[in-house]
Amino acid sequence: MTELSSGFLTPEFLAPLAALGAAAIVTYFWRALGVAVSGKVDKDSSLFRWVTCVAYALLAGLISRMILLPIGPLAELGIEQRAGATVISLAVFFLTRKNLLIGVASGAIALVLMAKLGPL
Amino acid sequence: MKSSPPRDFGSVRLAYINGCKDAFGIPAIILGSTYMGFGALVSETGLEIWHALLSSGINWAIPGQIATMELYAVDASLFAIAAAVALINCRLLPMTIVLMPHIRNKTTPKIAYYFMSNFIAVTGWAAAMRQCPLLPEEQRFPYFIGFVIPLWSICMLSTAVGYYLPGILPGEITMGLVFLNPVYFMLVFVADFTQPGRPTALILGAILGPLTFLLSPDWNLLITGLIGGTIAFYIAERQTRRKIRKVKTE
Repeated sequence: MTELSSGFLTPEFLAPLAALGAAAIVTYFWRALGVAVSGKVDKDSSLFRWVTCVAYALLAGLISRMILLPIGPLAELGIEQRAGATVISLAVFFLTRKNLLIGVASGAIALVLMAKLGPL
Repeated sequence: MKSSPPRDFGSVRLAYINGCKDAFGIPAIILGSTYMGFGALVSETGLEIWHALLSSGINWAIPGQIATMELYAVDASLFAIAAAVALINCRLLPMTIVLMPHIRNKTTPKIAYYFMSNFIAVTGWAAAMRQCPLLPEEQRFPYFIGFVIPLWSICMLSTAVGYYLPGILPGEITMGLVFLNPVYFMLVFVADFTQPGRPTALILGAILGPLTFLLSPDWNLLITGLIGGTIAFYIAERQTRRKIRKVKTE
């Protein structure tokens, strides 16, 4: 754990700033461009409907990739564990008449148990 | 289209408060847990708490934040980090374009939208896409702000809490916390399945996302969005045209 007194001008503090700054700039670029472009796209045009479809496909693609082929700590688990937990979460969600909290919680608990005990 | 009845909170002030109320339910619990997981990840990477907070502060949206940390940890070049994060976060462009007509009003200065766009991310976006079209125009932007600013504050706080937790939390729990996020997003979109055109786009995206990732981990999202979105668009347009023709002939 780092001490607050280590100061802000150390290389340990400064070096990651370039990476974080670059990531923040490219991220904000998309958001600001979206605001700038949005005034020029008519909400009832087919172009707008196409952009909507692209947005939903992108989101679904990202979510499914995050579950099936994650980067980060989840990558240590097998795909069958993550897929299994996802199926459990979906099943509980529909069985509880679309209760989000219970659905999400059961998926996460299933994953933690499988990570601890191995695949079911 | 399944149409929900219009809603009216009564005043702009109440629109802020109701946005805040909606955020302080499940969204706050899920994102709070997710960002604890993120804070833990940053401290394992060996960075300082300020780096974690800076990331959650000005690069808010978990997939890009995780990618930044992972790439930094393996000593990727600055260009590689910027390119990878830009490609992961390219969804924010169509998301912002689609959201803006639902939150814009005539009196808010343009600069306010540019400032607020930093807070467009999946959770607030999905909530605003559901609620704002039902609200009177002047209550829409307040509802969105009332939702995302408290939610973002919780993420900042949870990042800090998570940063100091990893010694205490076992690895499996951190995994569970990180897993909450994609599963929550998935269920939010499954719940929203009834809108026309959306199921096709969502299903195509969910199939293409991992498949294209195997081909190209960098370009997979852009390819998924363009191909999946375009096919879904054509299917939806054809269905609409067929319906119009049916109405005409009857």
